[in-house]
Amino acid sequence: MKTLTAATDTVNKYTSLFEENRDEIFFDSPDFLTKMRNESIREFQRMGFPHKKAEDYKYIHLQPFFNGGLTNRFSPRKLEFDVSEMFRCDIPALDTHILLVLNGFYYTENGQRLHETENGIIYGSLDEAIVKHPALVEKYLGKYADYRIDPFVALNTAYARDGVFVYVPEGQKPDKPLQIIHLLLSDDNEMVQHRNLFVTGKNSELDVIICDHTLSSHLFLTNSISEAVVGENARFDLVRIQNEHNQSVQITNSWMEQAAGSNAKHRNITLHGGQVRNNLNVKLKGENASCDAYGLFLSDKHQHVDNFTIIEHQVPNCVSNQHFKGVLDDFASGAFTGKIHVHPDAQKTVAYQSNNNILLTRDARIRSKPQLEIYADDVKCSHGATVGQIDESAMFYLQTRGIPRQEARLMLMYAFADDVISTINEVALRERIEQLVSKRLRGELSRCDNCVISCYD
Amino acid sequence: MLTIKNLKVSVEGKEILKGIDLEVKAGEVHAIMGPNGSGKSTLAAALAGNENFEITEGEVEYMGQDLLELSPEDRAREGMFLGFQYPVEIPGVSMVNFLRTAINEKRKYRNEEPLSAGDFLKLMREKKNLVDVDSDLTSRSVNEGFSGGEKKKNEIFQMALLEPRLSILDETDSGLDIDALRIVANGVNKMKKPGNATIVITHYQRLLEYIVPDYVHVLYKGRIVKSGNSQLAVELEEKGYDWIKEKSGSEA
Repeated sequence: MKTLTAATDTVNKYTSLFEENRDEIFFDSPDFLTKMRNESIREFQRMGFPHKKAEDYKYIHLQPFFNGGLTNRFSPRKLEFDVSEMFRCDIPALDTHILLVLNGFYYTENGQRLHETENGIIYGSLDEAIVKHPALVEKYLGKYADYRIDPFVALNTAYARDGVFVYVPEGQKPDKPLQIIHLLLSDDNEMVQHRNLFVTGKNSELDVIICDHTLSSHLFLTNSISEAVVGENARFDLVRIQNEHNQSVQITNSWMEQAAGSNAKHRNITLHGGQVRNNLNVKLKGENASCDAYGLFLSDKHQHVDNFTIIEHQVPNCVSNQHFKGVLDDFASGAFTGKIHVHPDAQKTVAYQSNNNILLTRDARIRSKPQLEIYADDVKCSHGATVGQIDESAMFYLQTRGIPRQEARLMLMYAFADDVISTINEVALRERIEQLVSKRLRGELSRCDNCVISCYD
Repeated sequence: MLTIKNLKVSVEGKEILKGIDLEVKAGEVHAIMGPNGSGKSTLAAALAGNENFEITEGEVEYMGQDLLELSPEDRAREGMFLGFQYPVEIPGVSMVNFLRTAINEKRKYRNEEPLSAGDFLKLMREKKNLVDVDSDLTSRSVNEGFSGGEKKKNEIFQMALLEPRLSILDETDSGLDIDALRIVANGVNKMKKPGNATIVITHYQRLLEYIVPDYVHVLYKGRIVKSGNSQLAVELEEKGYDWIKEKSGSEA
């Protein structure tokens, strides 16, 4: 019963915190948002905090982190650091629109919080978009990430004030990919909740890169949401690179809804992080939609990376492809749970899932759990999970060509990771990720690689 | 160059080689023949340093060093090359990256500067021509999706690039059609130099029509039961292995 009590305490803590800070959280909220926040906190209270035995959160115990001495801030504050001095994105050949989100709030030095192009594309601060385009935001915000079924989504929906909003109207495509950089920088331990919303119209295209970084060594707990609605025949491509320090706790919630003929690609590359939980929820709602979800994580020491996916095939003739790979060293642990839910009418569904892991030590652990719920009879579904060590026959082959064991091991680990990396189309980004992964495998990437200050490991 | 004395090798506790003696000098080509299961591949794997093959007794001297003390990579960097009977597929490792790493590791071992990208490509082109390898092979992952013949040609191509002193070719001819066999054999012959030696392991005499050995040894039940010149291979082709089996059976 102790765990249940602790979970109740956490719920009470965040419910009271919400009540105490109403004025700040609700600042400028239009009615629809006020209503949604109120509903969400009630839903959070109703669902409760996932306790140790909760099926969906069985392999990651997040509750203790929520009770640590974390500061919650409901408005952006002036920091005595010069962010642009400390952080520079060092992918020189990567030409993107950079959108900075600092501790959950959109950050800009020139005061322009929302960009609107001539062809109707809008991108920038979600908070600003709520003020300037309330009707547009209302149509989509909170409609995909379901705060009635996941407590972390509910918590975020109640609290989150800002993040990035992107709107691409019918037939349009931004001239460059959008790169969202989530930065965490504080002088105390902090909890951050932010929210991104991507809306792509019919026949539109959108490429998004999300980078998660910590810039100071404090304990950070992030609970973030990225909602995306992918319009008819639209193409949406998201690459997320998680590179936070080992004291950080990160919960990401990606919810995508896809219309007919659309294609979405979702990649999560977890290079570093203390405790990481990535939830991905995809609803295929229009025929001939396809979704590719890939994940790669490289973990060592006592890191824990938990990927949890749900792909809902709600209509016929859709395709989903999931491929998650992990390399675990030292005492690292990880989990993969992949649900594929094929609804009764969703005939001719094609759904693949695979999860492959390499354990480099006897102490590393991985739990892999495929969950297929198939209610249609004419479908093609498959899943496979492997847990293994480095292939010794390949190792010997490389050694007989004069390649030392250590180098051969790196080559093989890199080759293992390459399946996921090679799905990234943008050359500069792919090369940069290849570099980061190879550094990470060599153990040379012990912190955010492009940050001037040093966090401890 | 290579002196093997009373070599005994076990696999998973079972003794496969029961005392091999063999001397290979620079400039020589030795053929090791024998029926299936006689220990031919075990000898190759043990010499290359495969840890699954446990050396229980004996000595191997290579270029004045105790070979058994060297790691597989050091054996390679000292000029030993094993052509695999079943080359391993390594998805995700590109041929180019693999070959460049191998060559530069060898150069590093000899305190030489790594090859520049340009010089490396030049060397690849040159060796491709030498062994008649399709340029397509080098744009793929190591052995991945290669046909049997392509895999064997790829072994010879690697051999040409690495320029070994001692090459051990383990059933390089198995699974090859006559054209591929000729290409493989030509490659080996073109690389022959007075300072080098080759051990050709084969089940059939066919390959030996193209690579003419100085010595032929017959391996049976973990021992060399007969040695001779290239004529022995012809004799084996005519009579099969049965007379060897009978003969060694009656002697035992």
